Amino acid sequence: MNKIDSIEVKVRNLDHATVASPQGEIDLSRATSFRQQIVAALAPKPKLLLIDLAEVPYMDSSGVATLLEMMQATKRGGGKLVLCSIQPKVRSIFEIARLETVFTIVATVEDGLKV
Amino acid sequence: MLSQARFLAAARAMISNLAQRLGFSEMLCGQISLAVDEALCNIINHGYEKKPDGHIWMSVWAIDHHPARLRIVIEDRAKQVDPKSIRSRDLDDVRPGGLGVYIIKEIMDEVTYEHRDGGGMRLTMSKTLPAREDDASPITGAARGQGQAPSGGQTVEDKS
Repeated sequence: MNKIDSIEVKVRNLDHATVASPQGEIDLSRATSFRQQIVAALAPKPKLLLIDLAEVPYMDSSGVATLLEMMQATKRGGGKLVLCSIQPKVRSIFEIARLETVFTIVATVEDGLKV
Repeated sequence: MLSQARFLAAARAMISNLAQRLGFSEMLCGQISLAVDEALCNIINHGYEKKPDGHIWMSVWAIDHHPARLRIVIEDRAKQVDPKSIRSRDLDDVRPGGLGVYIIKEIMDEVTYEHRDGGGMRLTMSKTLPAREDDASPITGAARGQGQAPSGGQTVEDKS
């Protein structure tokens, strides 16, 4: 994959949680790269997977689909997926698709670690 | 453009820029470009079944009548489907995928799918500037220069 169709995801493994922070826009061109890296972050089976979207200025439904898939996978493993630091433009797709109540969404990483 | 996802960001940027010049808010510019993104993704994934050499044509009219309106026509030569079969899915069925058509219809004021002469599909959608934004943001000279539908469209790629 070249830079256009890949996305960097910074991952921090904490005691009781993993924090994954994608860096950039998430659309169809980057959906595969995004999914691969979130799957990798889930490999240690963290009880809490916190997706920090502070550095994601845009997301389309392919990104949302990956998040839904990962939320369901985390749930099956007995864990929880939480979204935080969503920018207003990205939040609007969750509102339009009525997914605000499906996901646990908090304001900051710190808030997410308390969930 | 070709049916490749790497061109999506450029299409979004163009639409967002035009919408901004018509006076749409930053939030609505983002939503309109999201609708276009979803429409293009559907053509790439379902119309051309991820084959990278399909052609997609996007024509855009920035209409400066009061209120201002953005009209977007997206055409392809992919497989034809019954326009009535293109429907939003039930959102209560929470699962990955299938949100594109719902998102397009939620954002845009007019959404029409039809068969394109010569094969493929044509999607026509439009968004009118909400009254409050129209009052607050006069149309710029650049936007007025974009022409008026149906003869003044900006075609991203010639159909040759």
